[in-house]
Amino acid sequence: MAILTLTIDGEQVSGKDDESILEIARQHGIHIPTLCYIDGLAAVGSCRLCLVEIEGSPKLAPACTTKPQEGMVVRTATERLQRHRRMIVELLASEGNHQCAVCVVNNHCELQNLAYDVGLTYVRFPYLFPKKTLDASHKDFIIDRNRCVLCTRCLRVCYEVEGAHVWDVAGRGINCEIISGLNQPWGDSDTCTSCGKCVLVCPTGALIEKGEAVAEMEKKTDFLRFIVTARKKKEWINMDSDEE
Amino acid sequence: MPPIPQQQAHPSGDNRFKLLDRTITKHQSRGDALIEVLHAAQGIFGYLENDLLLYVAHALKLPLSRVYGVATFYHFFALKPKGKHTFVLCMGTACYVKGATGIQQAVEHHCHIKFGETTPDDQVSLVSARCVGSCGLAPVAVVDNNVAAKLTPESAVARIEEWQKTKEEVPA
Amino acid sequence: MTVEDLKELAEQEQERQRQFTHRIFYCSAAGCASCGSSGVRNALLKALKEKGIEKEVSAVGTGCMGLCGEGPLVRIAPDGTMYQHVDEAVAQKIVDRHILNGEKVSENLVDTSSPFFSSQFKIVLENCGSIDSENINEYIAAEGYASLAKVVTEMAPGEVIDEIRKSGLRGRGGAGYPTGLKWGIVRKAASEQKYVVCNADEGDPGAFMDRSVLEGDPHRVLEGMAIAGYSVGANQGYIYVRAEYPLAIERLRLAIKHAEKQGLLGNRIFESGFNFRIDLRIGAGAFVCGEETALIRSIEGKRGRPRPRPPYPAERGLWGSPTLINNVETFANIAPIIRRGSAWFAGIGTPKSAGTKVFALAGKIRNTGLIEVPMGIPLRRIIFDIGGGTPEGTEFKAAQTGGPSGGCIPTEHLDLPVDYESLTTVGSFMGSGGLIVMDSTSKMVEVAKYFMDFCVDESCGKCIPCRVGTVQLYNLLDKISRGEGTVDDLALLQELGTMVKETSLCGLGQGAPNPIFSTLRFFRQEYESLLRPVEGFVASPNAQKTTTNA
Repeated sequence: MAILTLTIDGEQVSGKDDESILEIARQHGIHIPTLCYIDGLAAVGSCRLCLVEIEGSPKLAPACTTKPQEGMVVRTATERLQRHRRMIVELLASEGNHQCAVCVVNNHCELQNLAYDVGLTYVRFPYLFPKKTLDASHKDFIIDRNRCVLCTRCLRVCYEVEGAHVWDVAGRGINCEIISGLNQPWGDSDTCTSCGKCVLVCPTGALIEKGEAVAEMEKKTDFLRFIVTARKKKEWINMDSDEE
Repeated sequence: MPPIPQQQAHPSGDNRFKLLDRTITKHQSRGDALIEVLHAAQGIFGYLENDLLLYVAHALKLPLSRVYGVATFYHFFALKPKGKHTFVLCMGTACYVKGATGIQQAVEHHCHIKFGETTPDDQVSLVSARCVGSCGLAPVAVVDNNVAAKLTPESAVARIEEWQKTKEEVPA
Repeated sequence: MTVEDLKELAEQEQERQRQFTHRIFYCSAAGCASCGSSGVRNALLKALKEKGIEKEVSAVGTGCMGLCGEGPLVRIAPDGTMYQHVDEAVAQKIVDRHILNGEKVSENLVDTSSPFFSSQFKIVLENCGSIDSENINEYIAAEGYASLAKVVTEMAPGEVIDEIRKSGLRGRGGAGYPTGLKWGIVRKAASEQKYVVCNADEGDPGAFMDRSVLEGDPHRVLEGMAIAGYSVGANQGYIYVRAEYPLAIERLRLAIKHAEKQGLLGNRIFESGFNFRIDLRIGAGAFVCGEETALIRSIEGKRGRPRPRPPYPAERGLWGSPTLINNVETFANIAPIIRRGSAWFAGIGTPKSAGTKVFALAGKIRNTGLIEVPMGIPLRRIIFDIGGGTPEGTEFKAAQTGGPSGGCIPTEHLDLPVDYESLTTVGSFMGSGGLIVMDSTSKMVEVAKYFMDFCVDESCGKCIPCRVGTVQLYNLLDKISRGEGTVDDLALLQELGTMVKETSLCGLGQGAPNPIFSTLRFFRQEYESLLRPVEGFVASPNAQKTTTNA
């Protein structure tokens, strides 16, 4: 492991060579919007919100999976990047059935926050109104696929942390869906431990607890770093602190 | 869930599972042989129903959702039975340029179903393919495993009418 | 097998072939097979037997002879006469008249002095149509496996890579990355286990080059892979071939079996310490698996979803090990380069794009089929000399290269030399070699819509710009093509296209808007003529802004 120096948005920062640009930026208080990324799970670089410009490279790079290099010059918030981010959220808004007014995570939703964050006030694309399923067969939880943004956090936490691999993505392209088992009702799954981690990491109201009313449910994702550190290093960190 | 027998016949008495076991053994029950095993399973059983996916998942020690995810990612795998006859229309660029869309419309109109569907009497499945590689003969269709070259809307419909005629002649 | 054994085997086979007064080659590749070449084979064998000359004249099934639109094709050696539209009756006539009486069957004669043949230059396809692809001895007799022998017994891995580097060979899958450079990176990667992968997931609609090579000369690909394995330090190779090519799969299986039996694959090749095995992996109908990181996932038995690069497969590929991935045509060039030297190869084509390129000609063109031309040849010569131009009564409008990520090249750029860089300057790209000709009846908005429909269908769904962006691009194109689009929609189409191009995770999404940009660049008036005026109300809050931008 080595310590490298790089420039992010004009600021000289240092970071470890096995960290991502996103991690280094966050350590230095530089905010880059993300959706699929969550601290504690493997980064997949699929939502493309954290794309940044790297001087000398013609292509945009996802900050979550890009490793730093000595002397690298990174820009995280150029006009072009902001425009792209706004459009990505705009596409997401058109893809699902996101009715904030009747959603239990209203005001605590990462998609909603992203829309504020990128300044999205209007969707220019036709809404696709998918006819997706809602599955309330589980005793404690509900999955409403109409609100899913396919970030795959749920399947990653179930596979990487809980180890059960209840979830996966079925189909492809615009028809992708999160499924449990052989596309069975969640309640019929033999492998689900009802641990609820998937519900907690879900950024939207796609995975929710039963019995919550509109705008009542607040998701906590901090537990993830706590539990991953505990399992890997046998260290039980202070969840309230920002320090590692 | 019932334990999965490895070598003897399937509990259902269906010996086709023995055949499938051979492929699984050839790949030492390795999870990364999933696609190879699904190919074999579809070859033996015609399509991949849930029981079969379950069998494969247990044999390769894979999570069910992953097997289902893979089976639905690849268009070659069918989770539902196909019709008695299949009409695979090539929608590759060469065929498109030479009028495949006209054939598509004529055939859909004739069968009263869309491509990707099977007629209610399970006789004809319409499938569209992304280039079967016979571009020199465009537009083409693979009609029950035979390539039909230089089709027109009329000749394509005629092929399907032949199937429907033979069906009527056979007494129920 | 030793090098001497190989030479002896080659001589024996050459001697066997010299015993025949004539050899009748009939094309048994997929194109001709689908219009009845198996009937031709039976008719030829029957006629030869009836005349009692089956010992003097042999009938040999070969790979593609090129003129696929006029099949089934038959060629006679030694005189080189070629016949088209051969059916069972014509086969009988060929035996009766040509073989027995030395008189040509004029009705079915192909003019082999035409530019279709004389303008071609064959390296990759040199054996296609002149050897029995199911007989390893015929490949050996055509100097097959001699390059592998030379490499394994006389050259150090570094020397081989130098030779490939000096030849100037670039990846034939489309992007044109220098092959020698790629091999060098894999060689340098520190790892006990390395892999060589041949990408035979030829998915571009309208492309059948790789299929033809695999059907017509499979050993050439195996030999190229083995040489690569020796050079980079891999002992295991995989060929990822699409399920839609059953004949290619069958011939590859057979070729691997024969090569193993002869000791040309397996342990201690040419009695050296070099071991190399090749296994087949069959695709299952996913275009995105042509992308190398998706292909790797698929070989590992997973959903073929790409992942961000770096790390590149050369550093971390199959099961985490350094992996060399080249396409079929790239591997097919290796043996000739070793055999005839890098200087010879570098002298063909242009300084930056050495060698030849195989193209599949299709669409509104007279001679459809498979051709191989030196790099740098003007597009006009491919389309009008070799391809014979568009059919009578129609006018050339555009040529499409690069598949769903490529572009349309209009008449004014017909003199463009066909090489990696030139095609990029007009917004297209080399791609794997599909070349579709469109005439005046093709509507360019519809063409763009067709390709976008393809991308919607083939998007893996992992990243948002490709998963949702292609659908919305399609919706916009559909709206415009129905005459319901406005100037705002056209501006939005470009804005969204730029975003999808710049932000998508893999080549599929990054290339998906190219057909739109390319048709907009050269045929913008076709879009504009379909727009309806904005009436009464402003369609969106951004309308004012986008209108002035457009």
